[in-house]
Amino acid sequence: MALIKFLKPKNRLEEGGRSSAPVQGDEGEPEKKCPNCRRSVPVSRLWADGMVCSCGYHFRMKARQRIGLTADRGSFHELFAGVRAGDPLSFPGYEAKAEMARLASGEDESVVCGTAEIGSQKCCLFVMEPYFMMGSMGSAAGRKIASLFEYAVRRRMPVVGFAVSGGARMQEGLLSLMQMAAVSAAVKRHSDAGLLYIAVLTDPTTGGVTASFAMEADITLAEPGASIGFAGARVVEQTTKKALPKGFQRAESVLEHGFVDAIVSRGEQRDVLARLLRLHGGRDAV
Amino acid sequence: MKGGAYERVKKARAGSRPTGLDYISNIFDGFLELHGDRCFGDDGAVVGGIAEIDGVPVTVIATEKGHSARERAARCFGAPHPEGYRKALRLMKQAEKFGRPVICFVDTSGAYCGVEAEERGQGRAIAENLMEMSTLCVPVISVITGEGGSGGALALAAGDRVWMLSGAVYSVISPEGCASILWKDQAKAADAAESLRLTAEDAAALGIVERILPEDGIGKTEFYGRIRELLSEEIRLLSNEPDLLGQRYERFRRIAAAAIKEKS
Repeated sequence: MALIKFLKPKNRLEEGGRSSAPVQGDEGEPEKKCPNCRRSVPVSRLWADGMVCSCGYHFRMKARQRIGLTADRGSFHELFAGVRAGDPLSFPGYEAKAEMARLASGEDESVVCGTAEIGSQKCCLFVMEPYFMMGSMGSAAGRKIASLFEYAVRRRMPVVGFAVSGGARMQEGLLSLMQMAAVSAAVKRHSDAGLLYIAVLTDPTTGGVTASFAMEADITLAEPGASIGFAGARVVEQTTKKALPKGFQRAESVLEHGFVDAIVSRGEQRDVLARLLRLHGGRDAV
Repeated sequence: MKGGAYERVKKARAGSRPTGLDYISNIFDGFLELHGDRCFGDDGAVVGGIAEIDGVPVTVIATEKGHSARERAARCFGAPHPEGYRKALRLMKQAEKFGRPVICFVDTSGAYCGVEAEERGQGRAIAENLMEMSTLCVPVISVITGEGGSGGALALAAGDRVWMLSGAVYSVISPEGCASILWKDQAKAADAAESLRLTAEDAAALGIVERILPEDGIGKTEFYGRIRELLSEEIRLLSNEPDLLGQRYERFRRIAAAAIKEKS
């Protein structure tokens, strides 16, 4: 982790010409400005509060940090850790960008998979990584998530998944697109086996991830204020050339339109997940 | 052949190409259109119904761009709303119940991009199709005839066989969208088109489509006749496949394998 501090990934990415790169090494900053209440909050306090501002704003968080917040201490065992994307299309700039993403996030890919216990309830867990190319799904991420569902079928385990993604990864072209079908087929097998899948949609959940496994759960939870949609809000606005309705694609509005079951703040997620797992015949860890 | 890919994209989008209903009426006999998703409405960007091919009843579904300016606007230029995908799924489930193979013709820039489409669950509609198509117990063949626009096309092309016309394109994102996101410059769409590997030959090389249909004489009787023969033969083959769903599952599973590295 110390290495990441010194590399200042944000600046190095900007040199690469992508000013809007969604990468902030929060370890290197003493405080973050809350986009909701506009106060500056010390990062140390944010870490202690699960990256939630006192005003209730949910900051993005790294996959490992979220696992630490959600899973029982020491219960997480990672699966498929070494799987990472190649550059199958020799897409310009992809290898360098993926390498930067590895430095910025400390991960090999945009999703971390494994088994865990949540409130002593055993489950398979996947958590997407916003600091790895905004959680975009390429072949490796798709393969990891599909493999986790297959693993869960073999061991008859429920799956809990945290989604955060800009969608399918452009740099792997059609191979990324096909992951939507591959993962959906794996989710279907898991579902047909009578097993539980709970998705937690966090900010942002968009594109090909929304149009596949994020919207295929038995129970779909969302974090407050999370942006959830297929086409991005900016794209919709530019295409239709009309002002967007207030709160468009926010979790609260998606709830109103009937596409999520409940909004659960980060501090309550662990208890809600543990309860749901238990209600569906979850086994206590021994 | 720098710049060639973007020319192919423009050609695939041309209004002069046959549309979904042209394929249906020229390849199948006695098409009876069935409307509506039974939830909200009837989407003109997706047409579907029952027809026969060499005496075999099939369910046919196609995106429809329309020919005249008025028709094109009414059909949203072939970009489906969620109700279009839900109508398609309803007809596929109906096909499964009555043991009819499903044939889809896909030519869309993508799922419709708009406030109402989002509010009515565009993402969920596509997701549901992908999930349900993976276990549909009848053969599913999709033909990409023009534009295969991302998830909006995949939602009608997640079956046993995907074929492309030689002039069609299939991509995760439009070249314009890709250029604007990656390079903040729509003018680089030609570079993006090249990099995305979206031509029929590219898709075949990546193992994503099984067959390229040459489009010489496009729109002529012989052209449709060739497609009819191939479809008829493939339906026969797939109808006798003992492990249809297992093969379908593996089809998508193996596509990614070549693109992944295991860190040692």
